[in-house]
Amino acid sequence: MNTQLERPIAVIDYGAGNLRSVVRALTHVGAPLHVTSNAAEVLTAPAVVLPGVGATLDTMQSLERLGLIEAIRTSVRAGKPFLGICVGMQVLCEQSEEFGPHPCLGVVGGSVRRLPAGQKVPQIGWNQLHYTNASGAHPLFAGIPEQSDFYFVHSYYCDLTDTHMIATTTEYGLAFPSALLRENLAAVQFHPEKSGRWGLQLLANFVAWASSQSPSHGRYTLPEVSVEHPLPGDKSN
Amino acid sequence: MLTRRIIPCLDVKGGRVVKGVAFLNHRDAGDPVALAAAYDAAGADELVFYDITASSDERAIMADVVERTAAQVFIPLTVGGGIRTTDDMYRMLRAGADKISINTAAVLNPQLIEDGAKRFGSQCIVLSIDARRVPPSEGTGANDAPPRWEVFTHTGANARATSLDAIEWARRGVALGAGELVINSMDADGTGSGYDLALLRAISDQVGVPVIASGGVGTPNHMLAGLVEGHADAVLAASIFHFGQYSVSDVKHYLAAQGVPVRQ
Repeated sequence: MNTQLERPIAVIDYGAGNLRSVVRALTHVGAPLHVTSNAAEVLTAPAVVLPGVGATLDTMQSLERLGLIEAIRTSVRAGKPFLGICVGMQVLCEQSEEFGPHPCLGVVGGSVRRLPAGQKVPQIGWNQLHYTNASGAHPLFAGIPEQSDFYFVHSYYCDLTDTHMIATTTEYGLAFPSALLRENLAAVQFHPEKSGRWGLQLLANFVAWASSQSPSHGRYTLPEVSVEHPLPGDKSN
Repeated sequence: MLTRRIIPCLDVKGGRVVKGVAFLNHRDAGDPVALAAAYDAAGADELVFYDITASSDERAIMADVVERTAAQVFIPLTVGGGIRTTDDMYRMLRAGADKISINTAAVLNPQLIEDGAKRFGSQCIVLSIDARRVPPSEGTGANDAPPRWEVFTHTGANARATSLDAIEWARRGVALGAGELVINSMDADGTGSGYDLALLRAISDQVGVPVIASGGVGTPNHMLAGLVEGHADAVLAASIFHFGQYSVSDVKHYLAAQGVPVRQ
């Protein structure tokens, strides 16, 4: 690592079942971490990881209850290195069709859709990443060969409006975006924390990338989308 | 392309890995954490820890084994044996398990499947089914009737018949929220003569979730048959790996040469 993070990476704790797996794997690669569900701590962290497993609706309700929605949007907008994992990638979209249409974070344009029928859903197991354009040269994928296997567990995927942000695709009934990259924003549909050596490599790469990022690397600009309407079942509105 | 998974199963008793022939006569095959790390290095796609005694004090030992393994091994880890409540599940998930396998407790209380799936997600809940072929009815002459399999509980020497039909139980388990099924043929288990392919195929073709073949593996060719003829999505094996007859990478090379997609 060329530069050290001055303060630990915030790993957002909103009750996701795999939080500890993500923490263990990041710890294994030597990342300084702070697990938090506090919006102010997310806002002051130099980089943010949003783990996830389960459903987008549950996740959005938890993020809303904890007051983390704006903290996440602001962190991305501020140019902070950000890594979303699995549902932590899906909730970046504008909306999801899982358990009835509902708004998500609106950090990226697109919808969370169910994997097509014709094969077993959920997809459970190891599948390959195919780099798009020059994404294989991105620091997040340093040292990870084309077609490396990563571990997936999901029934839904991100149908992204801006196809230029697709970093890798994976085949499962269709070629879906298995990773996205844009300026300071990164997200993956697979579970790097359960993907053996390449998964650990990717996490180590994220930490190194986060440590070396400066504003000159560019800040991601959030799309103009409306996500202000309440979530179904939300009793606070 | 989604690869077919090779899953070593480590039967754990008192914090040590054991594996018997037809679940009996346990022989010690090592330390679970060291074995898990060795299997990870050899290319195992997942690991299963099965707590074969699971008295309540030994579950604490198991949670410790899981915790120590999860700190070193970064592939999916399933824990089964003696899980009776969603709080038991939580304890193992909290220790570092990714999935929980339930068997007897699910038969006695099918609601456990639904409760576990609701609390942790279907991807966490693996329904393991021990099934034995029902002999064709005597004296009826109905030899062309389709084969049937009966579900048994209490894996091991004291296995108990349930009168549940294995295919019906598999379908119900999936409807209740099981995210994967382990199908263990009691007839084949420990024989080393291959999976019960008809049982695997009958279930795999009727459910929309992954099916993991278990019980009877003696050679890599048996695994090929389980995946190709049995339509299984993954194969589970124990003794064939533990005693060094074949390595995980031997099996993967063999399967790849036969055109089966595996993780390299």
